[in-house]
Amino acid sequence: MIDLSTFLPILMAASTPILFAALGEMVTERTGVLNLGVEGMMIVGALAGFAMAVATGSPVLGFVAAAVAGAAVSMVFALLTQYLLANQVASGLALTLFGLGLAALFGKTYEGVKAPAMASGPLGLNWVIWLGLLAVPVIWWFLNRTRPGLILRGVGENHDAAHGLGHPVRRVRIMAIAFGGAMAGIGGAFISIAIVLQWTEGMTAGAGWIALAIVVFSNWTAPGVLAGAWLFGGVTALQLQLQAGGANVPVQLLSMAPYLATILVLVVISALQKYSRRAGLGAPGSLGQNFHALR
Amino acid sequence: MNRRELIASVAAIATVSLASPVWAQDEPLKVGFIYVGPVGDGGWTYQHDLGRQAIEAEFGDRVETTFIESVPEGADAERALTQLALAGNKLIFATSFGFMDATVNVAAKFPDIKFEHATGYKRSENLSTYDARFYEGRAVMGTIAGRMTTSNKIGYIGSFPIPEVIQGINSSFIHARKVNPDVDMRVVWAYSWFDPAKEADAAAALIAEGVDVILQHTDSTAPLAKAQEAGAIGFGQASDMANFKPSPRVSSIIDNWAPYYIERVGAVLDGTWESKGTWAGIGDGEVEIGEITDAVPAEVKAEAEALRDQIGSGAYHPFTGPLKKQDGSDWLAEGQVATDEELSGMNFFVEGITAQIPK
Repeated sequence: MIDLSTFLPILMAASTPILFAALGEMVTERTGVLNLGVEGMMIVGALAGFAMAVATGSPVLGFVAAAVAGAAVSMVFALLTQYLLANQVASGLALTLFGLGLAALFGKTYEGVKAPAMASGPLGLNWVIWLGLLAVPVIWWFLNRTRPGLILRGVGENHDAAHGLGHPVRRVRIMAIAFGGAMAGIGGAFISIAIVLQWTEGMTAGAGWIALAIVVFSNWTAPGVLAGAWLFGGVTALQLQLQAGGANVPVQLLSMAPYLATILVLVVISALQKYSRRAGLGAPGSLGQNFHALR
Repeated sequence: MNRRELIASVAAIATVSLASPVWAQDEPLKVGFIYVGPVGDGGWTYQHDLGRQAIEAEFGDRVETTFIESVPEGADAERALTQLALAGNKLIFATSFGFMDATVNVAAKFPDIKFEHATGYKRSENLSTYDARFYEGRAVMGTIAGRMTTSNKIGYIGSFPIPEVIQGINSSFIHARKVNPDVDMRVVWAYSWFDPAKEADAAAALIAEGVDVILQHTDSTAPLAKAQEAGAIGFGQASDMANFKPSPRVSSIIDNWAPYYIERVGAVLDGTWESKGTWAGIGDGEVEIGEITDAVPAEVKAEAEALRDQIGSGAYHPFTGPLKKQDGSDWLAEGQVATDEELSGMNFFVEGITAQIPK
């Protein structure tokens, strides 16, 4: 009943924004920083990217601007948590609220404006979709096979030990926060430039929160993030496609499924904590804790 | 301000608002609104805000309006309404179906403040309801959709399976079938009033199924953008969505709340306000059909406009028998017209629609 050649593109498009945002957040959390501001950074990226794409007529420049803007607002969070040692959960929530408000304020002039058309890449899919897929093995390789990647993970597992070994804990974290912001910005811009093709206030509609759930679901691994993004994006696309095809599906059950899966993964991870930690699974050891060298 | 002073001042405001039932003419009447989406949604909330601006334009210094936008349906709505009540608003409009219970609760707490709830059905001494007969406009859209489709598949993006939306689906389908007996309708539920990305995905899913005319009962312009990309057509929802003229937006249903809002504010000002339920349609000017563009052939345009005028004059009711329910049982006999009670509780599709209403 479902034609894969029409369904797969819809799935890929639906999962790309959360894939970018979740990859960025995963890397950030791997350094021990919990940034709940993903939604805020996404919406700022969505607006900045859209504005730039409209101003220059170039979607490519739009995505670049989105990455820069996402990274820029994430620096507010970095300043609060890394220099002023503010609580990460509160600062992240504040960043989300700040981003939503900021984008709404500056977005007023872009309401009703249409985005320039994007050239499609290989297989008729937007090239940003391919870029997202490419980012998965690259990030996996970086985290597992390179020295900077191992330092990054070391900082997240035990910042005191990393500091003792002479690694610049704060600098690593700030760079990871900026990376997370840039990725969230690109994810947000994908919604405004490639999916919806216009700017509307609040258009990310909770995608940032889903990205946060995916990071947990992924068990803080890049392939896991891809699986999670496809599961969340896939279920959305699938239930819409099934409905359009005339099948009578229990929509609520399907919409619930990815969240149930996330809870299940959490339960399994904590139930098998002894084994999962040995296998390198589970949350980074210093997640959510601020670091101060003099402590 | 320390906590004791804060409590005292809140209590004072509450006391003042409870203790002054008669409206003093020397200071402006404060009118509050809560919106379910952002003012810039370009659809539902945008139209309510135009209504609010119309109040200010009409009454000038005699009124002072405030609004709270993007209020989630649920407990937050109750807080937002309470906040407006404590801030001295004497007339408060709650502009989404999902605010119903919150509005009922807050209205019970502030008997001297007048409340108006859009699209709901629970009324009390100080709580009115008002609604528009969107299904009248849907009949016109359905006619255009039935004529314009070449694949004989039209799609409908629904928000929630509530009577207001089901009326629209049935009305569109009945009138599309009337002009095109081969037409088939696909229904997708977005379970949101406003989620541009999901609405776009829903439109993409419908287009992938071969749908070439999309009707929507969600508030963003995302489905129109998607339709444009794919060469399909659609309609403006709640607002004119004129940016997408002449195609994909070939016509629109416009909610014009301004006359009602002006009437109700006027009633509070001259002390004649009383609780009632209002359900106005094309004939009252509350539902308007936006310009039908040149993308539609002239004879179809004429046919649609004739239907609009017939509905407006009361000569024709969109739900006129013979009509059967989806399960094949009889609903309306030849010439029989659906009652408002039936419509406001509508929970079934008419015969011919293959989709099921989610339970």
